[in-house]
Amino acid sequence: MNITRRKFIQSLSLASGSLLLFPACGGSQKSVWRFLTTEEAETIIALAEQIIPGDQDPGATDAGVINFIDKQLVGFYSNFQETYRNGIAALNQYCHEKFSQPFEKLEWNRQTEVLKLMEKNSIEGEYWKENPASRFFRMIRDHSMQGFYGSPRHGGNRDYVSYKMIRIDFPHIIGQNRYASRCETLNAFAK
Amino acid sequence: MTNSHVNAVVIGAGAGGGPVAKELATNGLSVVLFERGGWAKYDDHNDDELISQRTTVLGNAFGPHRDKHWRIFVDHRSGKETLVYPHEGAYNNNAACVGSGTVSYGAMAWRFMPQDFRMKTIYGHVEGSTLEDWPISYEDLEPYYEKAEWEIGVSGQDPQNPFVPERKKHLPMPPFEFNREGKMLYEAAQRRGWHPFPIPMLRNSIPYNGRPACYRMRTCVSFACPVNAKCGTHNTVIPVALASGNCELRINCQVAEIMMNDQGKATGIKYFDENGKGQIQTADLVVVSGSATETARLLLNSKSKLFPNGAGNNFDWVGRNLQGHAYTGAVGLFDRDLYDDVGPGACVAISDFNHGNDGIIGGGMMANEFFRLPYLFTNQRPPGSPSWGKDHKDFHRQNYKRVMSVKGPCQEIPNFEARITVDPKVKDYWGLPVGKLMGTRHPADRKVCEFVADRCEEWLIEAGAYRVWKEIGGGAGLSGGQHQAGTCRMGNDKQTSVTNKLGQLHEIENVFVADGSLMVTNGGFNPALTIMALGFYVGDQIVKLWKGTHLKL
Repeated sequence: MNITRRKFIQSLSLASGSLLLFPACGGSQKSVWRFLTTEEAETIIALAEQIIPGDQDPGATDAGVINFIDKQLVGFYSNFQETYRNGIAALNQYCHEKFSQPFEKLEWNRQTEVLKLMEKNSIEGEYWKENPASRFFRMIRDHSMQGFYGSPRHGGNRDYVSYKMIRIDFPHIIGQNRYASRCETLNAFAK
Repeated sequence: MTNSHVNAVVIGAGAGGGPVAKELATNGLSVVLFERGGWAKYDDHNDDELISQRTTVLGNAFGPHRDKHWRIFVDHRSGKETLVYPHEGAYNNNAACVGSGTVSYGAMAWRFMPQDFRMKTIYGHVEGSTLEDWPISYEDLEPYYEKAEWEIGVSGQDPQNPFVPERKKHLPMPPFEFNREGKMLYEAAQRRGWHPFPIPMLRNSIPYNGRPACYRMRTCVSFACPVNAKCGTHNTVIPVALASGNCELRINCQVAEIMMNDQGKATGIKYFDENGKGQIQTADLVVVSGSATETARLLLNSKSKLFPNGAGNNFDWVGRNLQGHAYTGAVGLFDRDLYDDVGPGACVAISDFNHGNDGIIGGGMMANEFFRLPYLFTNQRPPGSPSWGKDHKDFHRQNYKRVMSVKGPCQEIPNFEARITVDPKVKDYWGLPVGKLMGTRHPADRKVCEFVADRCEEWLIEAGAYRVWKEIGGGAGLSGGQHQAGTCRMGNDKQTSVTNKLGQLHEIENVFVADGSLMVTNGGFNPALTIMALGFYVGDQIVKLWKGTHLKL
């Protein structure tokens, strides 16, 4: 396995990303992400991993779902920036009040319980009265699925992990080399 | 610089506008064909599910762009008005590019059945509906279906379907072979005593018309074809129109209104060119083929002294009777792999339940569904099962290749209040009032959908599914979508329809409509071939009326 190589390449691309892009606001340290702060990204990585957990096949974290979400938040999903920022803050406020820890530090089963509360819209908090938690949950769930099952060119589905998992061929037509080479080029941009 | 006068302006280069432009141009009329989008290229959105025609979460592959186009959607329960964008379902989008939906469609090539033109005669008046017969019959449209099949290109074989409407000439190309699930469903339907047959398709099964045969990708529906084996108006009739030397195509142009004189005749159109500059194009006649929503919006936005409520709208019928299809069906789980990557998936159908169902108004064709791509599949799961977490991932992993879905577009019962109007307070990028969608489906649709879903369920069980669930369509909300139809109904009475049976506005002799808007009822089939046939039909009517320099009426 070339996990170390992959991690290495990943760290390289993240480092260059931080040089090229403006630092996100609100974070206590310089974020490597385009929109999200380091803390927000940690929370979303944990949320997405709950939605698509790693097992014998990679999950959301290994597929780079966070890269998809962050990339879209400065692109097609820029109108969701506030929803993400405020929702994550409200979620972590709840976790701090209840468990004195941010969401990503909670035990796996406790995280699952919190997500189920959100899904049923029964999580406590002022913020959620105006902004239904179930809607926020569905948004995170849908975006995670898009990052995991969508084309790698959008920043997720790293190395086509989800296509491998469901056993479909890619590039999907043998001999369609034009497609393959183009795909590689776009992937290089996506990462 | 002013544009020189032409005989005809055709607005919209889709399934209806393409054939009209071709008929007029090849018969000697000078034509300008307007399209709000540009030419679609395969490479712009290849194998990208998230920006495709079916899944638009990251945008519309074939337009229109959300920075320039939007609509108002009125919720039927609360009356709340929402601004909606083309990538959102409530917008009810059709593609904005040369060829429109025919570039990226699934390409089923259905003729409506003779009964579909005589719905009121067969089923009688339905309370709360505007169900009506067409002013033309299947026989009137038959020659134009044939033209569409041969000039645009259809593969298939009818004789296996005893319900097929009578045709004078066979289809130009042989049918496609079934894929694995197609074979299973074919045999299962025969065991039930039904009459399965290969779906007629606007795709080349053999090289035809200068283009190669289909090589059966999974990413077909929703995408442009990389080898040009899918037949749309963009690679058939529109190039023919352009090659005649009589037709000019102007892309990326937004038509603003039809100009009217004080005698109640159209003199041309106002439009915004690709640089956003206002322009005028005068013409002897105007054909509107912008889809059921945009055609109605253009007529409503064309206000003049004699038509203060919009062109041809003095009896308030423009934009009414908006309908689509109530999709209904069932999904089955199997204990072995069905998926064989022989795209695009849909290949076998039955037409046993389109009409003659006890206590049901109409019905629908049933066929196996196109392959669901990985993201779309995340929403396909048994009712009550989790939509996330370990169990959801397991389901996805185990069943992506083991699921089969059969579905049908059920014929909807039109009603007067399902409509598109314009909102003078909300303007689009060019300052034109946007379309406003409102109303609901007729409650009778639900019954049709339940009936057809039951048949779909039986079919899957017969094919060997160990678990089946139904997905029943026809719920309350508004219908439209890509199968949108009905908003400029053709009819014999000018008080209860918009055009006469030639597709000519009752009240404005030199304005014609040629798209799904004309359709009185929408059949229990995908409508593309019927819209193309209507395009050829209206084009032919105009040619017959044309006397060298003017319309002879």
